[in-house]
Amino acid sequence: MDAVAVRQPEMAPELHPRESFIRHYIFSIDHKMIGKQYFLTTMFMALVGGAMAMLMRTHLAWPDNGVLNPEQYLQAVTMHGTIMIFFFLTVMLTGGLGNLLIPLMIGARDMAFPFLNMISYWTFVPGVITILLSYFVPGGPAGNGWTAYAPLSAIPAAEGGAGLGQTLWIIAILFVVISSLFGSLNFLTTVLNLRTQGMSMGRLPLTIWGAFVTAVLALLSFPVLMAALGLLLLDRLAGTSFFEAANLIVGGAASPHQGGDALLWQHLFWFFGHPEVYILILTPMGVVSDIISTFSRKPIFGYKAMVLSLSAIGFLSFLVWGHHMFVSGMHPLLGAAFMGSTIIIAVPSAIKTFNWCTTLWHGRIHFTTAMLFAIGFVSVFVTGGLSGIFLAIAPVDLYLHDTYFIVAHFHFVMASASLFAILAGTYYWFPKFFGRTMNETLGKIHFALTFLGIYGTFYPMHFIGIHSNDRRLYQTTAYPFLSHAGPVDVFVSLSAFLLGFAQLFFIVNFLWSLKYGPVAGDNPWHANGLEWTTTTPPPHGNWEGALPTVYRWPYDYSVPGAQNDYVPQTVQAIPLAAAAGAAGGGT
Amino acid sequence: MAAVGTHEAEQTAASRWAGGRSPFDVGWGKLMMWLFLMSDAITFSGMLVGLWTLRLGSPTWPDRAHIMNIRLVGVMTAILICSSTTMALSVYETRRGARRHAVWFLTATILAGFAFAALQATEWTHFILDGARLNTNPWGVPAFSFTFFIITGYHGLHVVGGCVYLWAMAHRIAKGLSRAGGLEVAGLYWGFVDLVWVFIWPSIYLL
Repeated sequence: MDAVAVRQPEMAPELHPRESFIRHYIFSIDHKMIGKQYFLTTMFMALVGGAMAMLMRTHLAWPDNGVLNPEQYLQAVTMHGTIMIFFFLTVMLTGGLGNLLIPLMIGARDMAFPFLNMISYWTFVPGVITILLSYFVPGGPAGNGWTAYAPLSAIPAAEGGAGLGQTLWIIAILFVVISSLFGSLNFLTTVLNLRTQGMSMGRLPLTIWGAFVTAVLALLSFPVLMAALGLLLLDRLAGTSFFEAANLIVGGAASPHQGGDALLWQHLFWFFGHPEVYILILTPMGVVSDIISTFSRKPIFGYKAMVLSLSAIGFLSFLVWGHHMFVSGMHPLLGAAFMGSTIIIAVPSAIKTFNWCTTLWHGRIHFTTAMLFAIGFVSVFVTGGLSGIFLAIAPVDLYLHDTYFIVAHFHFVMASASLFAILAGTYYWFPKFFGRTMNETLGKIHFALTFLGIYGTFYPMHFIGIHSNDRRLYQTTAYPFLSHAGPVDVFVSLSAFLLGFAQLFFIVNFLWSLKYGPVAGDNPWHANGLEWTTTTPPPHGNWEGALPTVYRWPYDYSVPGAQNDYVPQTVQAIPLAAAAGAAGGGT
Repeated sequence: MAAVGTHEAEQTAASRWAGGRSPFDVGWGKLMMWLFLMSDAITFSGMLVGLWTLRLGSPTWPDRAHIMNIRLVGVMTAILICSSTTMALSVYETRRGARRHAVWFLTATILAGFAFAALQATEWTHFILDGARLNTNPWGVPAFSFTFFIITGYHGLHVVGGCVYLWAMAHRIAKGLSRAGGLEVAGLYWGFVDLVWVFIWPSIYLL
């Protein structure tokens, strides 16, 4: 196929204002509509996952009141993790933000294969339905943790949540995996092939670099999970024994399985699982870089270092999965190798953190809600990253493994950080997609309460973790040595309720602003990215008329002598300040 | 002054990465197929890693030379590898504009695919009649039979799926709906199915 075949139509496709309701809102092939579908679906799932967290915390604060029985508690833990990781963060960042932003930020009319994009969303929806259905089957939903460690997850008699609920869990995750694979095929092809004239890889916004590396990770790690889930499903339904050794006694009866290896599941799962946590953080890193640069009115510091460190993190993420298994009985030498590769990841992560701080340094910072969440991201990422150094050291991890210390660690570095970037991105790009700005006062209340709630919830967990409070313990009151954890647990739960309550401000703000927010112009933040050069909201085909041509990177803020403090990517020659005093400020 | 911040180093408009074109001069279909094959290769790797983990962790492993008809498997392998040649020839003929020849070569490729699948089915039948099931077999550890069935089965699905794909392509070539580029993408897939077999074959039968 020659290069001509991949060139996009020069003019926007004919608009169809009378497109039928179903074609426009349900089976749309417009990346913006698909992105919104993903966004709203995953936001709904975040509410379900959040409700699970509230249930858990209610139980943990007052463990003797019998809010949940042990089985229900483990099911709540499992579903909280599963829904938040697979059905909220992963899909929100790739399907939601990725879909909304990639074509707009690289100057493309749509994804490379819009139809596959639609199929991808409609493969995700059955996954959502399946996981929600699993609440209503005998025995309830899966209860083995989001990691579904075999053999518990492989033998239906193992526990209440290991029955039909676990089978549905596997099927639901398979749907998500396939949907994500379709998505990453599309994202990679789009970023490689459909960048507009002048948009070289070295001028891509960091959000797109993040989404691009994420898509590479998804493409290379999800297939391993797919294989592992397929084998696990066969173990459950067809009687194979990939993950079960011989002579297991389950529920008093000998299991018929033999010849498998439970560690195989752990290796396969974590070979996927570790890139997965970077799937959840690389796009946020990009989003935050863009937002910090825009609202500091300064170019991002160290663009190339940012790109290289994103790529380095992506590469290293395939070499560190063993650090989840230090206590699984690996050979100590292998453990030492994984320890080394894990510690090395701190280097690119630190480079990024320094670059964010240096971008803020001497900037003219505009404390918009989006910016507050972006700075909050840096804060929670550093807090979680530092505890990661402890956990990377195998001998320390032997002690801290499976305690609340690790719960604190990954909720800061991965969950909260990712959530902060999603919220920052929502406040930042909401005007572009819905035509109105979100309310800043409500947004700042949302930020303040969320920030306090996050630290109040997860910071104390470090301490009860160091005091050996196991992360899956149902009843702390049963153990005298944990008696001091009781009041801390109450404090943590109250903070978690505050955190949950704070999200109401976001929901109200979102819904209210959809209808009554102040109308946003095409470029309300005076930002440089290509997405701000089209009309708000962008039409089908993204640009009326020809596609824009790019002449510069997206970080030309406060160029000395320029007329405005921002120079959009489509500007060829920077308009100079006509007279003294005209510099700075937007038009 | 105008040059400030424009990153002149990146102003190499002639660069193939500068946007407005595909850096590899391939359309999205071909690029996407390459990416899909990378991910599918990793799915197979996951399964083969599973096989080797279980096999190396198992005290014994049945002696394949006594159980399997190695000669039959050799024939299967030869057929599959030769089918890559007819596939390539078909792409070549399409490019030359000889659609009739192309369709004949495609037919040969599809027949080879079905022959491979049929021989695989013979192999399975022979296994099952000898008493092998997913979780048991008369020759030793159960892992031997479930890894065999799952991995060759997954590959067999790829072969049969590929035959359907090629069938559709043959139809499109005959009607003039597809050109050499589209057929080449199908050829990539078919080559991959071959290549994967080259890894499965030693893992299951030879080593």
